[in-house]
Amino acid sequence: MKYLPLLLLALLWEAIVRFGLVSPDLLPSLSDVLSAAWKLAREGDLWGNGLASLARGGAGLALAVVAGAVLGILMAWWRSVDAFVGPLVEALYPMPKSALIPVTVLWLGFGDGSKILLIFLGCMLPVTLAAYNGARSCEQALVWSARSLGASRLRVLWDVVVPSALPELVNGVRTALALTFVLLVSSELIVARSGLGYLIGFLGEGGVYDAMFAVVLVVAFLGFFADRLYQRATRRVLAWRE
Amino acid sequence: MLRLAPWISLLALAAAWEIFARSGAVTPFMLPRLSVVLERIGADAASGELWQNLGMTLYRSLLGFMIATTIGILLGFAVTQNRFARWLLDPLVSVGFPMPKIAFLPIITLWLGFHDLSKISMVVFDAVFPVVTATIAATAGVERHLLWSARNLGARPRELLREVVFPAALPQIMTGLQVALPIALIVCIVAEMKMGGIGLGGAMITASRFADSPGVFAGILEIAIAGYVLVKLMALLRRRLLAWHPEAEAPATV
Repeated sequence: MKYLPLLLLALLWEAIVRFGLVSPDLLPSLSDVLSAAWKLAREGDLWGNGLASLARGGAGLALAVVAGAVLGILMAWWRSVDAFVGPLVEALYPMPKSALIPVTVLWLGFGDGSKILLIFLGCMLPVTLAAYNGARSCEQALVWSARSLGASRLRVLWDVVVPSALPELVNGVRTALALTFVLLVSSELIVARSGLGYLIGFLGEGGVYDAMFAVVLVVAFLGFFADRLYQRATRRVLAWRE
Repeated sequence: MLRLAPWISLLALAAAWEIFARSGAVTPFMLPRLSVVLERIGADAASGELWQNLGMTLYRSLLGFMIATTIGILLGFAVTQNRFARWLLDPLVSVGFPMPKIAFLPIITLWLGFHDLSKISMVVFDAVFPVVTATIAATAGVERHLLWSARNLGARPRELLREVVFPAALPQIMTGLQVALPIALIVCIVAEMKMGGIGLGGAMITASRFADSPGVFAGILEIAIAGYVLVKLMALLRRRLLAWHPEAEAPATV
């Protein structure tokens, strides 16, 4: 029931096109868009390109999460790492990640490699910063208690610092997940030979607007559902925090 | 030593770039020397090309950002103050927020053409969501006691909004703006890359088409510096606007 306004919006969309208030060349009706989506799915265009996109996004994000979390926790754990790496992170963090698109293409060409590298570079810093902030917020008393109970430094790092960094880290990864979709679609729109972003651009240039709208909606809802799924999954992981 | 560390690491990065590029391990096409890239930026600055591109990009992203700020704050207040607005907008915002809005770029181009209007609209469409969500969370989180006291002292609804709710919500709204600003710049650059023309993104994609790698790397440095300066200015503005707030006492962070 909460999503009733969305349903009304969908009906409104269908109605204004049906009643000829806007030209179907500018806005194909929702029913046409849905049948175009069905056709794309049946003919396999959606699956091939969708898989290509998801594989790139997954690989880039996974690399970014691992590298970012390790770097962030190391920065929080060793002051000297912080002193030297911190300024670089701070200087590069606000950089608009999409600026890297042409460089990754220069290095790795039009294929998967350039997209994975772009997503890795773009998503790593938000994860690093989240892990860093999370690990630094770890209560000093917990570290001292663990130490005085005889835990080695590595043990403390793993059993105390990492778990207390987890909630922030989980938020950072959520940001990175959203960023993954943005970078994926941007880079595929601009330079690619496969992927959902490529498909949107290809259909748009060919003037097949109902199919283009269909893929745009697919991408948008993929982003939405990925976020919802992630939130549901992490709520379970963080259940011990209550 | 630790106080100098920021400069040392930036210099080390710059030196590593220059040495690595000179070593011959990579071709100048893959990684031009930093000195070549800096010369290129200098030449672009002297010819005025840099300022034209930078000005255009900043104009589009900042205008879009300001429109998004205005619309976002108004919608956010509407959602918390008005039942109908909440019913209508809440689901739209919660569904729209995690969506990769940039996917709508071709649709916006279809509707509004290839010029500034569509680029700025894309920026507004993307940057408005963090502002709305931050405003909603901020106004919903205003302490009840503040509202009660103000009402008790005879504040009318409009005064309450202007004198109590807005200032109390400001820190969190500012956080939303700090998220929205880099988004505005990112989206503007992607739109410029997709559509070409004047602007930092367009210049970079042209350089990349002509295999002009110093041009591409010059673009990255320019965009990185522009992004850094904007983010810092925004943090300064925050400290200025919130000088009265306890958080201003805390040391500055990113």
